[in-house]
Amino acid sequence: MTAVIQTAITIGGAGLACGGLLALAAKFLAVEEDPRVEEVNEILPGANCGGCAYAGCAAYAEAIVLEGAAINLCAPGGAEILNKLAEATGQTAQQAEHKVAIVLCGGEVEHAPRKFDYNGVADCQAAHSTGGGDKACTYGCLGYASCARACPVGAIEIINGIAKVHPDLCISCQACVKTCPRKLIKMVPYARKIHVMCSSKDKGPAVKKACTVGCIGCTICTKLAEDEAIKMEGFLAVVDYDKDLDNDTVIEKCPPNCIVRI
Amino acid sequence: MGFIKAKYNAPGGVHPAYHKDLAAEQPIVEMPLPASLVVSMSQHLGKPATPTVKKGDSVLRGQVIGESAGFISAAVHAPTSGTVKLVAPVATAAGPQATAITIEPDGEDTWVEGISPCPNWQALGKKEIVEKIAAAGITGMGGAGFPTHVKVSPPPETEIDTLILNGAECEPYLTADYRLMVEKAAEIWQGALIIAKALDAKTIYVAIEDNKPQAIAAMQEALPAEAGDAQVVELKTEYPQGAEKQQIFAVTGREVPAGGLPLNVGIVVENVGTTLAVWDAVVNGRPLTERVTTVTGGPVAKPGNVLARLGTTTADMVEFCGGTSGAVAKIISGGPMMGFAQADMSGPTTKTTSGLLLLGPESVHAYESMPCISCGRCVGVCPMNLMPNELSQFLEAEDYETAEEYNVMDCIECGCCAFECPAHRPLVQHMRRGKTQVMINRRNQ
Repeated sequence: MTAVIQTAITIGGAGLACGGLLALAAKFLAVEEDPRVEEVNEILPGANCGGCAYAGCAAYAEAIVLEGAAINLCAPGGAEILNKLAEATGQTAQQAEHKVAIVLCGGEVEHAPRKFDYNGVADCQAAHSTGGGDKACTYGCLGYASCARACPVGAIEIINGIAKVHPDLCISCQACVKTCPRKLIKMVPYARKIHVMCSSKDKGPAVKKACTVGCIGCTICTKLAEDEAIKMEGFLAVVDYDKDLDNDTVIEKCPPNCIVRI
Repeated sequence: MGFIKAKYNAPGGVHPAYHKDLAAEQPIVEMPLPASLVVSMSQHLGKPATPTVKKGDSVLRGQVIGESAGFISAAVHAPTSGTVKLVAPVATAAGPQATAITIEPDGEDTWVEGISPCPNWQALGKKEIVEKIAAAGITGMGGAGFPTHVKVSPPPETEIDTLILNGAECEPYLTADYRLMVEKAAEIWQGALIIAKALDAKTIYVAIEDNKPQAIAAMQEALPAEAGDAQVVELKTEYPQGAEKQQIFAVTGREVPAGGLPLNVGIVVENVGTTLAVWDAVVNGRPLTERVTTVTGGPVAKPGNVLARLGTTTADMVEFCGGTSGAVAKIISGGPMMGFAQADMSGPTTKTTSGLLLLGPESVHAYESMPCISCGRCVGVCPMNLMPNELSQFLEAEDYETAEEYNVMDCIECGCCAFECPAHRPLVQHMRRGKTQVMINRRNQ
């Protein structure tokens, strides 16, 4: 019987002592937290996608409250969450331009030949670092779906050998942009539909050898598009998304058909 | 005298079919100048060199055409005299593009002025030796291509007591280093003495696998009196005995700490080819413009060891070796275990091209990767004591953080795990992928 009592006293006493210590620690070592951070964090969607360029929703909430970060950086949240944030913080709600990801390569299986049989890990970074990738074009989409796996909402699909982003599903988090070893994925305004679907910096003849729908740098589109809405960057035509472009002739006149409406 | 057997043996390792008989008894032959040379600016580890010539310039052999672009970088010299035809990006053996200078030889092979031989190198100071090595653009010629002048100038607070010459050549098929040791033993010893002086190293070991008795005998015979207690160390034949950390353990019993360098344990390892290049640079004053490459494999008509100018294309090398007899299914720059598969024969040789291997369809198989059966064979053969089975599954799930905890960064990419895997899993490929991603993640943090 004494053993039972002894045990009860020892364990109970230790428990009481620890409890006391914890109570003191909670009082003296308490970290004060701004209640507004928690409030803002509640509003944010909690997807932790990182699209706002902060480490996650909690970090963004902290930045809004303590550093005065802009409240329109949460792309997945949309207008609804923006309005709630405006209400909570007193900032004015100004919707940021809705941007979506696009893979600027149109070299599908039948257009872009492969230069060897790749038998390694089915991952773009791995394929890219094996002899520069199996695609003859050293700039084009390899189609091993690294971006699709990185996408938190399944907005990317590999169709006919290349990655395609479904713009209506994209939440603008840019996870795919960071993953692509070829740096082919760009963020473009959702409203814009005309794109140059090529990222090859090579000269025309080299592009022609590697892909039938690659930009050959003929500059025809740059002359047809008003206000320099398409510009040459080296040997590649690039759409300037800050300028208006709604001109179907650039699509019709492009010799390799690499300008498309999506 | 001057000979010991290695007391230790690193863990793991495999025994692939060596196939060294194809080229082992072929003496080194110098290849005549090809019609054009494609000299890459990225022949070494680190930053690619900056081109200093442009299209139309005429160059002389040994003239600097690429300047060292940083601390870890090396100069590139014109391999012969001629005219610069093109400066354009060309894919390196490993894949990424790097600027390359195409030179059309004029056939004269005139050396640039200012080549100053220095037969009495003993009079040179440490700093002068390092300067001469840097000026000659010498890099590790075993495969990785680490700039030699950086390796032989360790930080002042580190003490290097031992220099190991790596003559293991554990990669199957390759025989270039073997031929060098048989034919140029005396010069290699001189090179070793030069490096030892630059490092203040007291002991010199030459590590050679026991399947190369002729090389062991030649190096022993040529051992100069001034080399003191230098030893030829016979290693057990096993892949990867030529890997730096494994070799250091086999020869001295010292273990390089994880993430550390050989100099942390007071050792520098140099490939025998590099050592010969150091001798050539210091004693003859000649920059690195050529190297011995083994051209071998089933479809090569006359396999051999070719002394060719840097920048000779694979096609020209194979042509010199009698062309191909039979179908070619795979072209590899380097050895079969760690070499890089090439899409075609247009690639140029560099300072690190120890071999060009062609394989016929009978030796090339495409496997389908199957799930891990947890047999543990990869763990048994890993010379770094890693767990490729676990790691490959983390990496397959793209869990790079856990892979880092399991020390993926210590992988030396020797390929023993993938060689051994009965499920044909691309283990070493997963490791390479993982290492790249961990580096990217660290940089982004």
